[in-house]
Amino acid sequence: MSEPFLISDKMTGGYGKGPDILHDCTISVDPGEIAVIVGPNGAGKSTAMKALFGMLNVNKGAVRLDGEDITKLTPQERVVKGMGFVPQTHNIFTSMTVEENLEMGAFIRTDDFRDTMAQIYDLFPILKDKRYQSAGELSGGQRQQVAVGRALMTKPKVLMLDEPTAGVSPIVMDELFDRIIEVARTGIPILMVEQNARQALEIADKAYVLVQGRNAHTGTGKELLADDEVRRSFLGG
Amino acid sequence: MTLTMRNTLLVVAVAALYILEGSTTFWIFSGSWDSALKMISFALIGSIMALGVNLQWGFAGLFNIGIMGFVALGGLATVLISMPPTPGAWSAGGWQILLGLALGAATIIGAVFLFRSLPKGRKRSALILALLIGGFFVFRAVFDGGVAAVEAINPAATGYLGGLNWGGDNYKANGWLTIVAWPVGGLLAAGAAWIIGKTALGLRSDYLAIATLGIAEIIIAVMKNEDWLGRGVKNVVGLPRPVPYEADLQVDPSFIERAASLGLDPVTASTLYTKIGYVVLFTIVLLILLWLAQRALQSPWGRMMRAIRDNEVAAEAMGKNVTARHLQIFILGSAICGIAGAMMTTLDGQLTPGTYQPLRFTFLIWVMVIVGGSGNNFGSILGGFLIWWLWVMVEPLGQWIAQVTTAGFDPDHWFRIRMEDASAHFRLFTMGLVLLLVLRFSPKGLMPER
Amino acid sequence: MDILNALVALANYVIVPGLAYGAQLALGALGVTLIYGILRFSNFAHGDTMAFGTAMTIILTNGLLALGITFGPLPTALLALPFAIMLTCVLVLVTDRVVYRFYRAQKADPVILVIVSMGVMFIMNGIVRFTIGVRDIQFADGERFIMSVPTFKKLTGLQEGLAIKTTQGITVVVAMIAVALLFWFLNKTRTGKSMRAFSDNEDLALLSGINPEKVVMVTWMIVAALATTAGVLYGLDKSFKAFTYFQLLLPIFASAVVGGLGNPLGAIGGGFVIAFSEVTITYAFKKVIGYMAPGGWEPDSLVQLLSTDYKFAVSFAILIIVLLFKPTGLFKGQSV
Repeated sequence: MSEPFLISDKMTGGYGKGPDILHDCTISVDPGEIAVIVGPNGAGKSTAMKALFGMLNVNKGAVRLDGEDITKLTPQERVVKGMGFVPQTHNIFTSMTVEENLEMGAFIRTDDFRDTMAQIYDLFPILKDKRYQSAGELSGGQRQQVAVGRALMTKPKVLMLDEPTAGVSPIVMDELFDRIIEVARTGIPILMVEQNARQALEIADKAYVLVQGRNAHTGTGKELLADDEVRRSFLGG
Repeated sequence: MTLTMRNTLLVVAVAALYILEGSTTFWIFSGSWDSALKMISFALIGSIMALGVNLQWGFAGLFNIGIMGFVALGGLATVLISMPPTPGAWSAGGWQILLGLALGAATIIGAVFLFRSLPKGRKRSALILALLIGGFFVFRAVFDGGVAAVEAINPAATGYLGGLNWGGDNYKANGWLTIVAWPVGGLLAAGAAWIIGKTALGLRSDYLAIATLGIAEIIIAVMKNEDWLGRGVKNVVGLPRPVPYEADLQVDPSFIERAASLGLDPVTASTLYTKIGYVVLFTIVLLILLWLAQRALQSPWGRMMRAIRDNEVAAEAMGKNVTARHLQIFILGSAICGIAGAMMTTLDGQLTPGTYQPLRFTFLIWVMVIVGGSGNNFGSILGGFLIWWLWVMVEPLGQWIAQVTTAGFDPDHWFRIRMEDASAHFRLFTMGLVLLLVLRFSPKGLMPER
Repeated sequence: MDILNALVALANYVIVPGLAYGAQLALGALGVTLIYGILRFSNFAHGDTMAFGTAMTIILTNGLLALGITFGPLPTALLALPFAIMLTCVLVLVTDRVVYRFYRAQKADPVILVIVSMGVMFIMNGIVRFTIGVRDIQFADGERFIMSVPTFKKLTGLQEGLAIKTTQGITVVVAMIAVALLFWFLNKTRTGKSMRAFSDNEDLALLSGINPEKVVMVTWMIVAALATTAGVLYGLDKSFKAFTYFQLLLPIFASAVVGGLGNPLGAIGGGFVIAFSEVTITYAFKKVIGYMAPGGWEPDSLVQLLSTDYKFAVSFAILIIVLLFKPTGLFKGQSV
């Protein structure tokens, strides 16, 4: 079996000099796939994603992107390498227009990015309508679309979303998931941390259940949905 | 090197600076005990101000850059307490001024009352606005009349209300009243601090800084322009003093005798005697305040203060009323600055509102606190002495540098003229440099907080 | 009732001076607000940065005049301004490199940066005194008036005259150009947008690959240009004195806070709010009311709300009112 496109290989680490939060945690994603990380509160889901993105110290193990070891790179350098990251909160420039948000997403690009912007407007038509509006005036779901759009502007080779549906209504959540599936269809691997485990597993090609910073269950979304133990402990029966 | 040793060395070193000033004419020292004692008096006052600022900054993290205003209010208190009332001023317009001020205060209180008691809306805004405008004109009408009457009384010599000294023409006999003025200066400063603290505390620290900067400028503006209060820029001179006058001592037979027994001529002895008198008085005040500050610091109240400073959020979560505590310590610190300001005016023997400069009275004190070690009362005193010495000596030092660097040039070479000219401006530059160097390389100061 | 003359008197003593002063405050407040938005501290050295820039302009102007170069009817200082801006740029960039960068890397508390800026203020003040001294300096040359009182009276036949000083005209025009350039830069260029992004959300800006050091550098350069321009315009209009520039800190900060710290539009609005309040409240309305009131009803007193010595009190009072009721400022600034 060949190496996955993005993989965190048996990562152990934590914030600063604090205790390790992750233990031998392995997470990977391949093109065309949606991989989700689920688990109870405090299981280290977001921490695992931040570790993948270089925001905390990895003491053991490695992170590889397309076969290249990027464990030592800073988040900014990882962006240049092709990783797109959407933080859970504060993920848009509220005082700037939607279009300016997208432009800032493309800040590291020196080529013409109008095509990419057009693609993003196709993907998220609502953003096209509101392109000259200040992003801070948008609704929660629209803001998340701006955030995802901003991250896509670099034409990332992999997109990472930290709880994209946190704090939005169920209807908006369904729409956001639809959009995310569409993004995945363009071939970009998507790694996502989700609080809404059931809905996330339904769209996941691959899923990880983390418990206390360790891999507890791994499988396709359907497998985990069918798994009695997973259902009992995380999905409420 | 242990901490105690280090601290002892620092104290000895700073003391040596003053002793050298008094005893030798070597290098930049003047070799005059008169000058050294004068410097010590001012250093004591500076230390007291630093103590007050350290309470606010070191113990509570409050950023006050309006020290000058509180110091000036203290100075005003000295005039209000220790000068005799101007004959006829009160009957001419003094009561009218007070009535005007009372009306002004009533207007503001009324506006606040309306604001609190009426429901929000256009009606409330209109009523408050009408009250404020109407009240302002009534205030001006009453107040201006009184001011004109008071200022018309012999403007070349008085033209102000004067103070509370009942001595009349012989008011200088009641010199001890100036000492009464010191705590009163503290009270005045505390009142101003209460007003400013009520508005600006609880907002981010920069706002308190800007607000205090503003109140200081306004206090100075009031003191410069309200002639009825303290003669404005015409200054009040001839304040009584808590120590005897040199001239009186020089004709006092017992004093001449004692001076002779020490081998001093009466003139030198009398100047030294009065200077030492001030030093003793100021030292007593400093020691009392230091003792109180140390007591406060080690009390549960002081521990709570530092807990708030170190983690405001946690302290608030524990149910501490952070803003109220901050208000307390802000008022206390400002009051100490007011006391020091009253002492300084006493030492000067005159109130000169035109000489209050923020660089000298606000920012210099900050350098003292930061260099001494914020959070450490003893550090503030050390910083007060060290920085005051530097402030005074930078000028001779600058002249010395100008001499050394230009020694090889003609007396009328442009470089020499430039350097000699510039040495006068050396002071601010050095203070800034010292502040930046300490902040960068020893941010805890010479005597760090334990 | 003589509305026309009343209006002219009002324009002459309140509107024209207020506009010029407001423009000067606005430029100063823009510098303060930009530093606050990007470097996140209140820069107490701003007044002295303005003083430094103005001092450089005066020295260069004297140099130009010595060479026999003038700017025709306009003040020669305008020719020297660009070079003085460059010198000020060098000063603030060196200051940033030597002083502020260290604390930025440490992620120091903003209040520490404020104290540091106090030290910088001392040093800049010292430098200004070294280079130009503490005297009061007039350095406006060229034509004194765009419109003088006699010309206006002859032109309109009115009893009341209106004077527009060249420096007032220049202030407004230069300020308009500077503000237009600034807003074009912030809203239309990539670097300007990256500055806004950085000010809005630092973490996300870093994630987007915006280089913070470059943003900071550009900010300082803009601030140097704004400070020098503001200082020179103020000095041309009134006069240059190092200490006055320190005292300008209060109305400038008040303008920035009233407008909402971190918000450039607010700084401009705040500048005019403060300037017009100061001028209106300290102006003696006797003449204007005299024209407006029916014959024989002219007021005896000056009808001056506060003496001009208390102009600081005006900006301060407005500042306090805004802090009490709307701490984020009239135009919504960054945060309390």
